[in-house]
This record gives sequence, C-alpha cells and structure tokens, in this order.
Amino acid sequence: MILDFSVIGENLPQFLRGVGVTLQLLFVSLAVGFVWAVPLALMRVSSSPWLNLPAWFYTYVIRGTPMLVQLFLLYYGLAQFEAVRASLLWPWLSDATFCACLAFAINTSGYTAEIIAGCLKTTPPGEIEAARAAGMSRLQMYRRILLPSALRRALPQYSNEVVMMLHATSMASLVTLADITGVARTISAQYFLPFEAYLTAGAFYLALTFLLLWLFKVAERRWLAHLRPQRR
Amino acid sequence: MSGGYWLTIIEGSWLTLRLALCSMALAVALGLAGAGARLSPLRPLAWLAEAYATVIRGIPDLVMILLVYFGGQDLVNRAAALVGHEDYIDVDPFAAGVATLGFIFGAYLSETFRGAFLSIPKGQVEAGFAYGMSRWQVFRRILWPETVRLSIPGIANNWLVLIKSTALVSVLGLPDMMFHAKQAGNATREPFTYLLLAAVLYLAITSVSLLALRVIEKRYSLGVREVQL
Repeated sequence: MILDFSVIGENLPQFLRGVGVTLQLLFVSLAVGFVWAVPLALMRVSSSPWLNLPAWFYTYVIRGTPMLVQLFLLYYGLAQFEAVRASLLWPWLSDATFCACLAFAINTSGYTAEIIAGCLKTTPPGEIEAARAAGMSRLQMYRRILLPSALRRALPQYSNEVVMMLHATSMASLVTLADITGVARTISAQYFLPFEAYLTAGAFYLALTFLLLWLFKVAERRWLAHLRPQRR
Repeated sequence: MSGGYWLTIIEGSWLTLRLALCSMALAVALGLAGAGARLSPLRPLAWLAEAYATVIRGIPDLVMILLVYFGGQDLVNRAAALVGHEDYIDVDPFAAGVATLGFIFGAYLSETFRGAFLSIPKGQVEAGFAYGMSRWQVFRRILWPETVRLSIPGIANNWLVLIKSTALVSVLGLPDMMFHAKQAGNATREPFTYLLLAAVLYLAITSVSLLALRVIEKRYSLGVREVQL
C-alpha cells in the first residue's frame, strides 16, 4: 500500500485539539467581527458622507487586500515600531492568538458590514412605511424593524461568509498556531507524510463546513419562516 | 524604505499577475467542463462534477495548496519509487500553484456557469428551434452569448477573490509580491513598510480589475433593458 494512515490514527488527539483551536479562532473572530460590523453597516447606509465615506473606505480596503497581508501586517509588521513595543498593548500584540483573532475579526467585519448594509437597503418599503405610520422614532424603527428584518434576510449570505472564515482560519498556522492546518504541518514535517497529513486536515475542514451549513439551514428554517411560500 | 527592496516587490507583482491570469484561464476551462458535466443527462458524470464542486468548496485554499504541492510531490515520488525510478522528482511551484488555484476556482466557476445556463429563458431556445436552427446553432448563437453575459458578475467576483488567494502561494516559496514583501521586511527589519507596500499594490490591482470588469459588463449587457427604480 502506497498510503500510510497509521500515523494519522496515532495522532488523532492532536488533530482534535487542532479542531478546538480552529473553532475557538472562528467563534471569537466572528463574534467580534459581527459586533463591529453592525455600526459599520449603519454608517454605510447613512446618507451623510461623513458617516458613509469612512465606512466605505474601510470595507473597500479590507475587501481589496489579501487577508494574509492583513494578518502579517498585524503580527510581524507592528513590531517595527518602538512605540508599539513600549506600549501597554504589546503583551497582546506580540501574541499570535490575539493577532490572528484581531486580523480575522477586522477582515470579517468588512465583508459582514457590506452584507448587512445590502440587506438594509433592500428592506421592503412597506415595512418602513408601516413603522412610520405606527409613529416610531428613527431609533425605534432601526431597533424594532430595520435591523431584525435585515439581519434575518442576511442569514443565507452570512452563512457563506462564515464558511469563508472557517477556511481563512487555516492561515493561523502561518503565524505558528496549532489549528487543524498547523497540526497537519507539524505531522507532515515530523513523519514526512505530507499527503496523508493534509488530506486528513482537508477531511476535518470538509466535515466542519457541512456542519456549519447544516446549522445555518436549521437557523434559516426558524428565522426566515416568514419568507417561505405558504402552503395552504 | 532603502535599497532596491521595493523594486523586488514590484517585480513580484508581475508574477502575481501571471499566476492569477494562468489560474483563471484554467479555472474557466474547468468551470465550463464542470458545468457541462453537471447538466449532462449521464448520471455518473453529473454526480462526479457535483462531488468536485462540493468537496473543493469545503476545503481551505491553503490546505489545498499544501496538499497538491507537498502532498502531490511526495505521492509522485512514492509512486515513482514503486516502479523503480531512482531520482527525486521536483514539482515546479508555479505549475503547482496554477494547477491548485485553477482547480479550486474551477469548482466555484462551475456553479456560476451552471446558474447562468439555467437562468436563460426557455423561450429563447424554443425561438431558435422554431427558426429551424440546429442544436449547435442554438448553442453558438443563443446559449453561449447569454451564458457569458449572465456569468460575468460571477466571473468578476471569482477573479477578485483569486487575486487575493495568490498571496497564499508565497508559502511554496514562489517569489510573488507577498514573498518579496516578507523577505524585504526581514532583511531591513521594517516589515510594516514593505507589507503595506504589498497591500497597496494588491489594492491597486483589485481596483483596476473592478473598473475593467465594469466596462466589460456594460459591453456584454448592450441591448438589455435596464429598469430604474
């Protein structure tokens, strides 16, 4: 037999720990990125150029450059400045996990903001008119109608973004972290079995992708039930 | 920023562009083949193409690149040793990069092409047959131009993602923009400066692409009614 998977079997606990690291990176960066994306999206739909332009520029730059560059700029780049190394933030900024989470969060916030802004813009006019007719203030209208409605409609697109982020976390292995890809790289170097190691990593990512897509399908069935065609 | 380091990064941009263009050409070919196979009445063929699209889209680009380059090279050599070949076979990183990126984006494009093909109104094809066109004529005169027009937004998106994905190929030691930026940063101890230069160049490439794609989209949408809301 040309392939040798016995080593992979022996190192399965390592891979499972890698899955833990990957999921941790994913959830932390998604949560932070989402919280940051909502105000950005509100700025993007604002008619005031003072709010709109900075948000546009932010998402344009983030979406126009590779995430690898963003990650390296934070992790390797910032150390160039004496002021950064002397600052109170240095213990965090010299930590690979923190830098990876920060870079991923910044990246996903750019994409997520555009998704939410797109859904805010396509809110059915009737919903806004109804809110106005009910005498809601702007704040009430955003809080009760616009945001809940837009965030629900953003679910299908957001599921794509989440899968993209799962795949993007593999870059954490390039800043020394032991996520799924990082474990595969270590095992590949240790036993010189690159094919088996990376194939296993691919299988783990594939399984996680399917799991995430299934979760989103369940979520969509629950929160987008009002948009499904009615069967009488 | 001292010495000629910034020049090496600009030189690297040429490799980045070549890598992206070659991968895109391969991806379009694979995407068309994949879409054709998925729409084919032959069940096993359609099933195979569907598996290709699903599996590739579930695995990170970086893992695919490592798998094809390091894993593929290893596998080729193990197979060669088995048949009695002695020398070590080296896989060219540029070829491996193009093959991997083309293979990945071919999967995404097969979805785009299939979607475009399916959204062509049936009446157009029926009109073609009513005029007495042959199957081939209907394909060449109606289906093909419509597929191109409808898949341009998808192609544009994938092109923009592809350019950014080329940065990952620097992991294979291919001297692209990213690779040179990292090297220059290490040599001068000014990584931020050189990485920022690379970022600006990537942004320039994506910006120019966006403008060019807008022109192409306009060109192919001539004669399509635009509705103003």
